[in-house]
Amino acid sequence: MKVDLTVNGKDISADVEDRMLLVHFLRDVADLTATNVGCDTTSCGACTVLLDGESVKSCTVLAAQASGHEITTVEGLATNGEMHPVQRAFHQEHGLQCGFCTPGMVMAIVSLLKENPDPSEQQVRQGLEGNLCRCTGYHNIVRAALAAADEGKVSA
Amino acid sequence: MIPTPFTYKRAGSAAEALELVAEYGDDAKFLAGGHSLLPLMKLRLAAPEVIIDLSGLRDLSYVTDQGTYVAVGALTRHHDVEHSDVLARDVPLLAHAAGQVGDPQIRHRGTIGGSIAHADPASDLPAVLLALDATLVAQGSGGTREIPIGEFFQGLFETSLEPDELLTEIRVPKPASAGAWSFQKFSQRAIDWAIVGCAVQGGNVALVNMGGTPLRAAGVEAALADGAAPSDAAAHAAEGTSAADDIRATRAYREHLARVLVSRALTEASSRA
Repeated sequence: MKVDLTVNGKDISADVEDRMLLVHFLRDVADLTATNVGCDTTSCGACTVLLDGESVKSCTVLAAQASGHEITTVEGLATNGEMHPVQRAFHQEHGLQCGFCTPGMVMAIVSLLKENPDPSEQQVRQGLEGNLCRCTGYHNIVRAALAAADEGKVSA
Repeated sequence: MIPTPFTYKRAGSAAEALELVAEYGDDAKFLAGGHSLLPLMKLRLAAPEVIIDLSGLRDLSYVTDQGTYVAVGALTRHHDVEHSDVLARDVPLLAHAAGQVGDPQIRHRGTIGGSIAHADPASDLPAVLLALDATLVAQGSGGTREIPIGEFFQGLFETSLEPDELLTEIRVPKPASAGAWSFQKFSQRAIDWAIVGCAVQGGNVALVNMGGTPLRAAGVEAALADGAAPSDAAAHAAEGTSAADDIRATRAYREHLARVLVSRALTEASSRA
């Protein structure tokens, strides 16, 4: 079937199998491979992207369901070569070790801060319940989320 | 993992969804948020030949105050149920429990109607709506009918919906004492389904994952009606249940959890009332 998605601001139309998952569309059709397939069972959050501005797990959305909608992946966050505040905060706070969960973590935090620009540490931890890091790196990831929120307050 | 091949159809209205299901019959499944059905399809535990996507039925996403009850459109996402001002005021149990389903990403996609129609006894909202004495509205080729939630769940993943019926609305009566509620959920990891859960609203007590369907804890409710203290009433929590023995917990452990969680829920509900 033909699907029409807007991915990181760019319109992409393609003929795909009806059963194609959004994550495979992003990686194999749009050639955006930052979004990882982790558990493939809606648990780990490595495949988190934004659908119309809200975090979703792209392993559990059909490309067909996303047709007509806007998708943002981590590749679409930077503007004019400048990192998004959440990306910058991950860099500054060393919010990653192996990096596999990072694209999903960053997108989950972008969505979280959009809904709650000034979260408590507890709210960040709960807001990331759908994202697993197996390097035990949660402390710095939470610090990065809080640092990005602080930066948002300064720039707002 | 990818599902077996199927044909995808997107319905633009409830009428169109019903036409499609009439055309394809038993080979078709409705897809709401897809967060119960798609995982089953990826594991090849479900293999429908036709998927009828309901996401175009935007007019079935709403929460409205209807005086004696709150009407929730079947395609209202957990995220929107969680953040509804009407529910926060009149049915806080439902708003809170919707915020306990899965994780934020899942709540951005999953819908209340999808969760109910899927009828997984380990899901939170079926038991919550059972405790709230909700009424379900279904639309079919023969018209619209109301189904009391007590008659809705027939077995594991089985409901009294006809194959050609679409769940369209959930009507939640406003509890006399909205504040007398509690929702308890015991799980091993943050986003797991409940090993056992418990929803209390006033004197109504419902259990998550203590049988093939969500259950009302009739023994507990009878003891409460007779004036028993919460801890004494909770001793009856496992009566009439048929909890599974599986890799997550033994039946005996689930029965123990039911008694503990019902006791905690009754205590919390009475302290809030």
